[in-house]
Amino acid sequence: MNFVVPDFYPAAAEIFVAVMALAIMLATTFARRIATALAYGLTQVTLMIAAVITLFSADASTALTFSNMYISDLMGSLLKLMIYFAVAVGLLYGRSYLADRKMDRPEYFLLALLMTLGMMVMVSANHMLSMYIGLELMSLSLYAMVAFDRESVRSTEAAMKYFVLGALASGMLLYGMSMIYGATGSMEFSGITQALYHQAGNQTVLLFGVVFLMAGLAFKLGVVPFHMWVPDVYHGAPTAVTLMIATAPKLAAFAMTMRLLVFGLFELAQHWQSMLMFLAVLSIVLGNVAAIAQTNIKRMLAYSGISHMGFMLLALLSGVVEGDRHFALNAYSSAMFYAISYVIMGLASFGMVILLSRAGFEAERIDDFKGLNKRSSWFAAMMMIVMFSMAGIPFFIGFFAKFAVLQAVVAAGYIWLAVLAVLMSLIGAYYYLRVVKLMYFDEPEDTAPIHAPADVRLILSVNGLAIAFLGLLPQGLMSLCASALIASF
Amino acid sequence: MSDMKALYLLVPLAPLAGAILAGLFGRQLGRSGAHGVTILGVLVAFLASVVIFQDVRNGHLFNGTVYTWMESGGLKFEIGFLIDPLTTMMMLVVTFVSLMVHIYTIGYMKDDPGYQRFFSYISLFTFSMLMLVMSNNFLQLFFGWEAVGLVSYLLIGFWHDRPTAIYANLKAFLVNRVGDFGFLLGIGLIAAYAGSLNYAEVFAKAEGLAAMEMAGTGWPLMTAICICLFIGAMGKSAQVPLHVWLPDSMEGPTPISALIHAATMVTAGIFMVARMSPLFELSDAALSFVLVIGATTALFMGFLGIVQNDIKRVVAYSTLSQLGYMTVALGVSAYSAAVFHLMTHAFFKALLFLGAGSVIIGMHHDQDMRNMGGLRKYMPITWITSLLGSLALIGFPLFSGFYSKDSIIEAVHAATIPGAGYALVCVLLGVFVTAFYSFRMYFLVFHGEERFGKAHHDHHGDHEDEEPSSDHHHGLAPGQKPHESPWVVTLPLVLLAIPSVLIGMITIEPMLFGTWFQSAIFVADNHVGLSQLAASFTGAFGMAAHGLVTAPFWLAMAGVVLSWYFYMRRPDIPAAIQRRFSAIHTVLENKYYFDRFNEIVFAAGARVLGTGLWKGGDRALIDGVAVNGSARLVGWVAQIARLVQTGHLYQYALAMIVGVFVLLTFWLNLG
Repeated sequence: MNFVVPDFYPAAAEIFVAVMALAIMLATTFARRIATALAYGLTQVTLMIAAVITLFSADASTALTFSNMYISDLMGSLLKLMIYFAVAVGLLYGRSYLADRKMDRPEYFLLALLMTLGMMVMVSANHMLSMYIGLELMSLSLYAMVAFDRESVRSTEAAMKYFVLGALASGMLLYGMSMIYGATGSMEFSGITQALYHQAGNQTVLLFGVVFLMAGLAFKLGVVPFHMWVPDVYHGAPTAVTLMIATAPKLAAFAMTMRLLVFGLFELAQHWQSMLMFLAVLSIVLGNVAAIAQTNIKRMLAYSGISHMGFMLLALLSGVVEGDRHFALNAYSSAMFYAISYVIMGLASFGMVILLSRAGFEAERIDDFKGLNKRSSWFAAMMMIVMFSMAGIPFFIGFFAKFAVLQAVVAAGYIWLAVLAVLMSLIGAYYYLRVVKLMYFDEPEDTAPIHAPADVRLILSVNGLAIAFLGLLPQGLMSLCASALIASF
Repeated sequence: MSDMKALYLLVPLAPLAGAILAGLFGRQLGRSGAHGVTILGVLVAFLASVVIFQDVRNGHLFNGTVYTWMESGGLKFEIGFLIDPLTTMMMLVVTFVSLMVHIYTIGYMKDDPGYQRFFSYISLFTFSMLMLVMSNNFLQLFFGWEAVGLVSYLLIGFWHDRPTAIYANLKAFLVNRVGDFGFLLGIGLIAAYAGSLNYAEVFAKAEGLAAMEMAGTGWPLMTAICICLFIGAMGKSAQVPLHVWLPDSMEGPTPISALIHAATMVTAGIFMVARMSPLFELSDAALSFVLVIGATTALFMGFLGIVQNDIKRVVAYSTLSQLGYMTVALGVSAYSAAVFHLMTHAFFKALLFLGAGSVIIGMHHDQDMRNMGGLRKYMPITWITSLLGSLALIGFPLFSGFYSKDSIIEAVHAATIPGAGYALVCVLLGVFVTAFYSFRMYFLVFHGEERFGKAHHDHHGDHEDEEPSSDHHHGLAPGQKPHESPWVVTLPLVLLAIPSVLIGMITIEPMLFGTWFQSAIFVADNHVGLSQLAASFTGAFGMAAHGLVTAPFWLAMAGVVLSWYFYMRRPDIPAAIQRRFSAIHTVLENKYYFDRFNEIVFAAGARVLGTGLWKGGDRALIDGVAVNGSARLVGWVAQIARLVQTGHLYQYALAMIVGVFVLLTFWLNLG
């Protein structure tokens, strides 16, 4: 077996981020006094340069390297750009929050960068092993970040739960992967497709594999019944970390679902679609209903996230209708648009929670939003935009995301599913609008002025306005998603 | 072409910018700042319209999209402009009248606390109306349509502390909803069958649509579409029986009566039908429907003008009647005549309204004509301009109204479509009625004995017409004389009087018989339209000379003379007639009982239905079972979900394993 030097160029961004992570580790050991600021600054710069690299290497052609374990395509590039963006904004929102709680140690930023690297590998994986490695890198970084506040019992408990359940999910995923490998004889997605096309493998073994694979995916997406960790971890983790878990990893999970199911197991679409339907329906129902009973905004947003992921699955399960793949592109680009919209909204919503928090005070209860309009009408308006958008009220991006998904569902002929989704969104509107009601019609319980650095205020405002702006001009992002998928297929 | 596109955008956006500035920053801008920015915005729009007009005259048409909002299932939702002769004409009329009204408002509203808000609204209205007329697709048309309706609602209820104004704006809104319902159904039919909302695309498919039937009903599709669209036009352009809101809308300040409820918004329906001529031409049934509705409105609303004593209501009923004329013209395929009358009417009706407003200012907000008389001495400019406006309205030869109205009457005469005979009778009688009530108003206000300054407040009890606004009636104190209004009021009067007199003479040839509207309006070969009239047309002066020997002229003269005789010479005669034919008078006073009918049948019926649904449906079923029931259910499930979320790790893991188990059992058995 002779060793071929792989083409490093398609993976330039990953290599750069990995090198920078090591460099930051070294640099902060030597420059102890400014270690935190240095780590933060370098992380942001790294993300920025990585974005530039990704942007410049993004084109319509698809490149494979590292013995076909790694794939560089337009879908991956777009998702990576969104991941950099989400991580960068998340770090920016979280920085003063961490500083107020004496948690702003350089390792935090390092972990965030390694998590980003893991997600990048997941997004670009063309092989079950590289997918798994990326997933583990991301997950391990996240476990550590959740436990970052070592003194807090709640945080460590959350980290513990996340870790144990995550390990269980990883185990299931690996088991599923091995089944698929056993049935098809390939770990590479295109190889799996080939084998399935030729009707290779035992159907029972394959389905066994798909079910376990699905369990692993569902855990990462946080959909019912693999969602139990979501509220506890969102609640227990420091808000800055919750923000991290709730945003970029969803994009990575979306990519993982796309790569495994669509790029690898497309031939089995009718099976995994019906499994997704089971997960999606449960998630939409439970997510929306359980969110109503919450008094903690982080838990509420956790359940809301569960229902949003269920919604996204609706689009993924509408791609193939009775063997007809005509709708696939539209359905998957709707799902991608949904995932991206959700990340933008998620950033803003947790950003608002961080904004209202200050040293020694966590604005975690929904009641902490009471009378926000009196304290800061601008940020009340921003939160209102976020809540309206999440509820799917027209002219915000969330509406178009839901609309695109419902359209895909209807096009696939699942009318009942669309009706159910709309009904559940209606129930969901209740808890979003409740926040708006508290902000505008109730007296504030807490009259302290909002204390947040200027950059957080600025970016949060931009974030909120972007939700409104993208609602007015959704076409650009929508067609970007569509063209990315066209190029990647 | 791209610089023209910027100019097209400028036309609606300049008033919008003015509206936003005056609306949101009115307090900071102050009064003069508010009227400054809005007038500037409208002026810019007007000047840009003039430039565009010149450009269109040179043959540069435009039809394109400026912004795609979304695309859904092949249906595009866009903002786009269609710039053709019809559009530019409307743009000029809207911006010019709006500019005049803006200037006029400075004088009319000068003591009003809502000054900035008013300017913001009228600029917003101008924006909406421009978006409506410049649209190249049905969606934008509908948005503009609703936006003008909304601003109209806001402006009718501008004095929102008056219960009557609130009643009137609610009424306008509700009646317009009925029309909009039809309009939306029409658009829906078009979207469903033509698969597009773009005018050009729909018109291209019109022939094909005309051959189709509505699925499941067997109705000819085009007739259904056109009648639905026309129902929308009936609401907006106040055609019988959806006219009831327009007289009440006079509760709003006079400038908006001039701008919205006379010159521009109410003509949106006429404009829309003219714009849709390629569709309407394909359905004779719809055209007949249009014709009959228009003829009925033209005559019977004119009658009502005779018995009104409130100066604004007289003008309001005359607007209804004139809108009827325009609708008649649409019905006989004389679209260009309808639009031509729309234009001349916009000028002279705005003039009459603003003149009436000027009188109202002079009378210190007394609107009852019985308290006026002999005002020509005190308000010379208002007097002269109102006389010119009235002459234009009755269609006196050489005046603008003559050309447009005579063309309509001739077109009806030539028409062969079912209902044309009835329409001809209506429009001819209508000429007499128009002349009679117009000059009744003119004589009562400007001539005869001076009845103001008496203790007229005692009268208030015995006429119900203007009791709604009586709390705003100050009137003149005894001995006090009316005075001419300030220049900001009279300048627009003069500027509007000029086109009211001249515009018909100048533009009749290109607009009606030339090629001006060729690219915008379509007349099918089997419809006469204006072709017969064109054949005998001998120039503007020839038409005027011929006009002296036609029936309409003598009917109009008879109306003028009769009103002079009745109200100047023998005021006892009308009183005697009123006594003699009190039954008819009562019917007219009650406006044919339309309002009563609506109140008893629709309003009360709706209330009964509503109460029934509320008690049986809403409280018992929806609140009891669905809302509270589902809320309880949701709450219950939510509590369960909370209970399940125990916090115990092993239970979470169990849930995952159960999930895998369920998936496995199901799919292994299925697969």
